[in-house]
Amino acid sequence: MSEIKKSTVAVIDYGMGNLHSVAKALEHVADENTKVVVTSDPKAIDQADRVLLPGVGAIRDCIGEMYNAGLVPSIRKAMAEKPFLAICVGIQSLMSHSEENGGVDCLNHFQGNALFFGEDHKDHNGSKLKVPHMGWNQVKQVINHPLWANIEDNARFYFVHSFYVVPENKGEVAGTCNYGLDFCVALARDNVFAVQFHPEKSHKDGLQLYKNFIQWDGKP
Amino acid sequence: MGLAKRIIPCLDVDNGRVVKGVQFVDIRDAGDPVEVAKRYNEQGADEITFLDITASSDDRATTVHMVEAIASQVFIPLTVGGGIRTCDDIRRMLNAGADKVGINTAAVFNPEFVREAAQRFGSQCIVVAIDAKKVSAEGEADKWEIFTHGGRKPTGLDAVEWAKKMVEYGAGEILLTSMDRDGTKNGFDLGVTRAISEAVHVPVIASGGVGNLDHLVEGVTKGKADAVLAASIFHFGEYSIEEAKQRMTDAGIEMRL
Repeated sequence: MSEIKKSTVAVIDYGMGNLHSVAKALEHVADENTKVVVTSDPKAIDQADRVLLPGVGAIRDCIGEMYNAGLVPSIRKAMAEKPFLAICVGIQSLMSHSEENGGVDCLNHFQGNALFFGEDHKDHNGSKLKVPHMGWNQVKQVINHPLWANIEDNARFYFVHSFYVVPENKGEVAGTCNYGLDFCVALARDNVFAVQFHPEKSHKDGLQLYKNFIQWDGKP
Repeated sequence: MGLAKRIIPCLDVDNGRVVKGVQFVDIRDAGDPVEVAKRYNEQGADEITFLDITASSDDRATTVHMVEAIASQVFIPLTVGGGIRTCDDIRRMLNAGADKVGINTAAVFNPEFVREAAQRFGSQCIVVAIDAKKVSAEGEADKWEIFTHGGRKPTGLDAVEWAKKMVEYGAGEILLTSMDRDGTKNGFDLGVTRAISEAVHVPVIASGGVGNLDHLVEGVTKGKADAVLAASIFHFGEYSIEEAKQRMTDAGIEMRL
């Protein structure tokens, strides 16, 4: 019997905490030929078939730790050549700039900025909206994409964030959400997909998105 | 179309079993935490809160294993509270798979701990749990005070002011329990829920006193809570999470169905 080569998903660990649930959710949907590795080793990222960039906490620390750990070249290389998924603060880290922490330059893969909802955020009736935007909100799929396969339009995903991304190229928007305003919650270009919500905390639809990622060939 | 209100079943865990005390005495056994969490996940719970009420610290290791087991099988947010006193405690729970930690007594004795925790781990995972009791007499302006030790020890702190302070220090969410109502099944204390929800810009979870599904509805419509937490009405099979969500939807509240 010939040995089948395992396909590897690297979850990038740059010291920003809890990757347990991301890894467990990926393992939950992975078939026997897929291996999930949580790693801070640039070589492991270079060798992986797919790369997932999680993110939690504040943007200055996230970007700082990515540079400190020497991971930025591997992240850029992965974004240039293989299926790549960024989640939560991960999506913000791919923008040009974030206004969090007094303003932080990010990786500039997607041109545009991450902006603060503001502590005085209101809905269209003028009622106060809580910030962070925390809980289950509906995601409108604005393009067809392999990562949306078998997920209904306007399905609910779990969010926890106070900043949202505003890409310059509206053609890169893959999904939107409404919370006082319509804003982008998913970005797609070539082999890179990024989401503001937490698939690993979004029950069946979140797991489906991870399953889609594991099966994705990187073509839009 | 927009953000849904949340229903959060709460697992009070003592010595490895889900229990529910009536005002923290007369504890009833409600099963294995991992099985209970899985059941609520299947029923459509929006989040799960796990409160370790074990008196001794010996059993913390058991709690860590349980959190790991739940987080490996339940893919919705998980908050863990009870006995969180240091940043090491927080790190241990987050590494075990918790998404948020609840800080209660430690915040009262050392508010700076909340600030330190929020700076280190981010406000998104810091829930400050507030146990409040009404202290104003009938006819007086409403006033609620923070109590510790299961509602036995007054602190002199005004509950609304305390909530505002905790948010200023970095709390990302407030879990508000009325100690007058907890375990009574008479419904939330809507007055304190609304007062705190309107005073802070972060989400507020109402807790304490749920006896029927209309109480959950009121928590949102009258108490202005962003999420409602209940234990015994779900543990002992009186209502399922689905029934609760249906009732709230019928009342015009946006829910994840």
